[in-house]
Formats: sequence, structure tokens, C-alpha cells
Amino acid sequence: MGEIKLMKGNEALSEAMIRAGCDAYFGYPITPQSEVLEYLAIHAHARTGMVVLQAESEVAAINMIYGAAGAGKRVMTTSSSPGMSLMQEGISYIAGAELPCLLANVVRGGPGLGTIQPSQADYFQSVKGGGHGDYKLIVLAPSTVQEMVDFVKLGFELAEKYRNPAMILTDGAIGQMMEKVELFDQMPRKTEYPDWATNGKPKGKERRYITSLHIQPELMEEINVRLQAKYAVMEEEEVLCQTHYVDDAEYLFTGFGLGARICLKAAEMARENGYKVGVVRPITLFPFPKKVYSELADKVKGILDVEMNAGQMVEDVRLSVNGKTPVEFYGRMGGIIASPEEIYDKFISTFIKGEK
Amino acid sequence: MSDIEMLEMDDVCIKENEMYYKPSTLTDTPMHYCPGCGHGTAHKVLMEVVEEMGIENDIIGVAPVGCSVFAYHYMNVDMQQAAHGRACAVATGIKRCYPERFVFTYQGDGDLAAIGTAETIHAANRGENILVVFINNGIYGMTSGQMAPTTLPGMVSTTSPFGRDVATMGHPLKISELLAQLPGVAYVTRQSVHEANNVKRTKKAFAKALEYQKRGLGFCLVEIVTNCPSNWKMTPLQSNKFVTDKMIPFYPLGDIKVPEGK
Ligand SMILES: Cc1ncc(C[n+]2csc(CCOP(=O)(O)OP(=O)(O)O)c2C)c(N)n1
Ligand code: SF4
Repeated sequence: MGEIKLMKGNEALSEAMIRAGCDAYFGYPITPQSEVLEYLAIHAHARTGMVVLQAESEVAAINMIYGAAGAGKRVMTTSSSPGMSLMQEGISYIAGAELPCLLANVVRGGPGLGTIQPSQADYFQSVKGGGHGDYKLIVLAPSTVQEMVDFVKLGFELAEKYRNPAMILTDGAIGQMMEKVELFDQMPRKTEYPDWATNGKPKGKERRYITSLHIQPELMEEINVRLQAKYAVMEEEEVLCQTHYVDDAEYLFTGFGLGARICLKAAEMARENGYKVGVVRPITLFPFPKKVYSELADKVKGILDVEMNAGQMVEDVRLSVNGKTPVEFYGRMGGIIASPEEIYDKFISTFIKGEK
Repeated sequence: MSDIEMLEMDDVCIKENEMYYKPSTLTDTPMHYCPGCGHGTAHKVLMEVVEEMGIENDIIGVAPVGCSVFAYHYMNVDMQQAAHGRACAVATGIKRCYPERFVFTYQGDGDLAAIGTAETIHAANRGENILVVFINNGIYGMTSGQMAPTTLPGMVSTTSPFGRDVATMGHPLKISELLAQLPGVAYVTRQSVHEANNVKRTKKAFAKALEYQKRGLGFCLVEIVTNCPSNWKMTPLQSNKFVTDKMIPFYPLGDIKVPEGK
């Protein structure tokens, strides 16, 4: 059993970063995730020699990540919505140059400067590509502080396995709330680097270079085809999804991250009232658990998708279900978190009473 | 019979007699630069210094977007291509993780002094221990001749077709002088590669900057005032004359800041 602590989400994530043997963190303060840089500034260097640097902007931070990841290091940055928007060009370059790194977006309500309250409105930005060009991030959505810890380790593993940026898509509530966590033991920092890493041309060998530039369209297409093939492998092999009470379910509630936790409460409420409701919670938002939805869609009378946004993941749910069963949506926006009662009421009115 | 006639080819073709050679730190890939462009010369002298210092296995270069974006095809050392303007941030990421390695950037004026001004100033201000090679050709080369932050007053570009009007377009940015003010900056010098003597001075400047980096003195910047014959719409010779007659009077050559005690 690992060390047990009561920790705030952002601090748990930071602690996990140190323990995962992360080599460097570059970031810029923004609520609700500033605790990450603050926590690392106190603990990281002294414990593992990890580099921690406050960049002049998120634009600079993500390009520092590019440099360090390109030189073979295990690196991470975090931000919240407006900052993540600034990073998008850099993320596209990182995906194009196939560099592993871990990002976390502690989402707040938007658009614009928005609010510092929790939101899930950056689903599209994270899952559909955010920056320019056809690329995908591996996106993990924690719903507990424990998963803020676990997904740091998992995120690094997946990023390095696929030479692809991975993202923890979380929100201000999980970032700020305190829960009990079990921490994994300190992992060693890397001492060996992949062949492609540009950390000084090895004696007697060819130089390496990191680039996303391929001026010949034929070559650029070839690289795109290869990237798409890589994403297809992820879709085959890396899907993570949790289900609750689905065996006898007549209806499903679905949501990700914090939303999924509230769905579970609402489903339990429905069950107490005699309605057989199950819950589907995608853990990886890309790759998306299409099959889980598609298979369950054959068995249920309807799905209620709940999100803290105007309806983003619901599009993927509908694509997966492909018209086999009705998919309705309930969302709160701008930093408001739906209550289990609201979700239950929405379920009753749409599916049981058939109101629109 | 004179001595000359008795010499064999092999006696003459020796390192000491060499006036021109290609260092092993350049690849065999033909450069794509326009005829007469200063980029090729700047690449070559930089790579000569790397070879002479014997640091080709200990150096990482960063080439952002601009005409020199393909520098990694020519420089035979580990390289990263960076987003437009972000070279100093990318270099920071590398250098912070590998403080014992040499790191350099090779940036155009649009890259360094327009879109990447923040990254440049903050890397300098943090005293990042890197070499920044700053190619000032007064124009955006890669995108075919738009106005750069360094375009001279009155100078014609595709986006200042009637000449740069400083009242509406701002003044040329002398970013080297600006950076020299910062305590984190160890060495700032302005050189050129349009004449043989200047090429030699540029080479010395690179050697000094890398030596200072080795000693951990801080941020070093070598500005090279150079030409863009294609977008200046001049022959190579005309463009070199323009460097002498117009560019250098505005951007005077020489050291702007040297480390204390130098
Ligand atoms: C974000 C972004 N904006 C604009 C461009 C287009 N662009 C490419 S190079 C360049 C200017 C290059 O000029 P400079 O840095 O002076 O280098 P030179 O080509 O003259 O050597 C621009 C505007 C880009 N690649 N990326
Ligand atoms: S466009 Fe100008 S800077 Fe670019 S290669 Fe040609 S001459 Fe050189």
C-alpha cells in the first residue's frame, strides 16, 4: 500500500508528477491551477532535481515543453482554459513532431476570460484537436483526486508509448477539492533517452532532428497517414471506460470527469425510485469508447448525457449510438455544477413523461 | 628550377594552405538559399567554430520558422525546428534540461524581434546560457518581402510599398541595444558577413559567445546585418552595397556589450 494523504487535486497531481520521475515542468500561473507551480516550486527540485520554471506566458511554456521533450526528457505543463488556448499552436507542433509530453487542463468556465469556476467546456478543444491540422491527443478525464494521481503515471506511459502528447482534462472542482489519495512510490528519473532525442549528436552516428515540417505534399500526406494509423491503434488498444449498473439497465446516464460522479448519484436516486438506470463514464475521451455505447444502445430505451457545458461529448455519444436509441442532453454552463436532483428530474421529464 | 615546380598536389593541398573548405559540421545537402544570400555564409562560419571547438557532439541547435527553417538539413548537429518566434523558449527547455550542453538558436528578425519578442527578452532577462544568432536582413524573407521590425525608415517592402513610414508603422527596432541593457545578458555584438574581413569577425564573435556559454556567463547574442537580394529586388552585389551604404550606418557594427573584464 502506498502512502495515504489528504490532498487537494492540484497538489496531488503535482506530487504525482514528482513521483513519476518527471524531469521538467514549465508553466504560467492561472486560476484554478496555480497550486501546481507553487507546490512544485517548494518540493520538486530539492527532491529529485526536477527543473521547474515559471515561463513568461503559456506560449513560451509549451515551447519550452517542446524543446525539452524533443531532447528526450519527461516533461509536463498545466494550465486552465485561456492558457490552454494560447498553447494550441505549440501542441499542434508537438503532435506533428511526435513528441511525448503530458499536459493538464484544469478547466474553468468560458468563453473569454469567463469565470474561475469549474467547467467542462474545453472538451472539443481537447478531444477534437484544438490547434491546427489533423492530430489527436490522448485525453484522460479523472473524476476523483485519486485519479489526478493515477493519470499522471498513466499519461506519461501512454505519451511515451505512442510518442504523442497526452492530456489530463480535469476541472476547477477536482483541482481544488480535497480527498484521500494513495500515492505511488517515487520512480527514478530517466537516465536513458530514445534514439530520436536531440540531446547532442552521438559520436560516430547520424545527427537527429525534430521537425513537423514536410514541404512536399506527398511526404506530408504520408506522415498524416502514419499519424492516423497511430491514432487508430490507440482506438483499438487504449480505450478506458467505466460502467455502473448497466447489466439490467433500461436507461443510461453518461458523463465524464466530475459530471460522471454526479450521474452516478442521480442513477442511484433513479434506482431507489424503481427506474433501472445505468452509468457509462468514458475515462479516455480520446480514444472514445464508441463500442461500449454502440453495444449498450441495443439494450436501452434512452441515454441522458450530462455535461458542464452546452453539449460537447454528446456529439460523440450520438455518433457512437448512431440513432439506435434517443440521446438527450442536460448541461449547466459558466461554472455551475448540476445537482443529482436536476439530472433525475430531467430524466423523468424527458424519458418517463416524454416531455421535450 | 624554382621550388614551386617541384611541389606535388598533395604537398599543396594541406590544411594550412586551405582558403576554403567545408567543415564536417555541415552536411552535403545543397542549401536552398538564393544566390548571394548571407544565410549560407553565416551557417558555415558558425559550423566552422563548432568543428574547431570540437563540440559537435555536445551542441543542440534550434531553427525557427523563417528562410533558415531548414537549417537542420545543413547543420550536421542535433537540431530542433521551432514554431515562428519561439526559438528562445525551445532553447530554454533544452538548456535547462541539459545545462552542460551547448545550445544555440538561429533566428530571423521577424522571428526574434516581432512575433518572438517576448520569448527573446525573457530568455535574455533570465540570463539563459545560450547563443542567439540573430539574422537581421530588414525584411521577411520566407514570406516574400513583407516589412520586418528592422526594416529601415523609408525602405520599400511589399507591406510598406511606399517606404516605411515611421509615423504609422513605427521605428525600426534596435533589439540588440535593447537587450544589452539587461543584467542577464553577457555579450551582444553586431557583425556582418558581406565582406571577407567581416566574415572573420563574425567567426570570432561566434567563438567568443560559445566560449562564454561554456563558462556559464549568460545570454549571448550575435546579430548579423545581412542581405536579402531576392526580396530587396537587387543583385547580390547591389544588395551587399546596400548593406554597406544603408544598413550598417543604421545598425553600426561592433560589440554592444561584452562580459565584465573583457
Ligand atoms: C504563427 C505564424 N505566423 C506567421 C507565419 C508565417 N511566416 C513564416 S516566416 C515569417 C517571417 C520570417 O521572417 P524572418 O524571421 O525575418 O526570417 P527570414 O525569412 O527573413 O530569414 C512569417 C511571417 C508562421 N509560419 N507562423
Ligand atoms: S529570400 Fe532572402 S533571406 Fe531568404 S534565402 Fe532568399 S535571399 Fe536569403
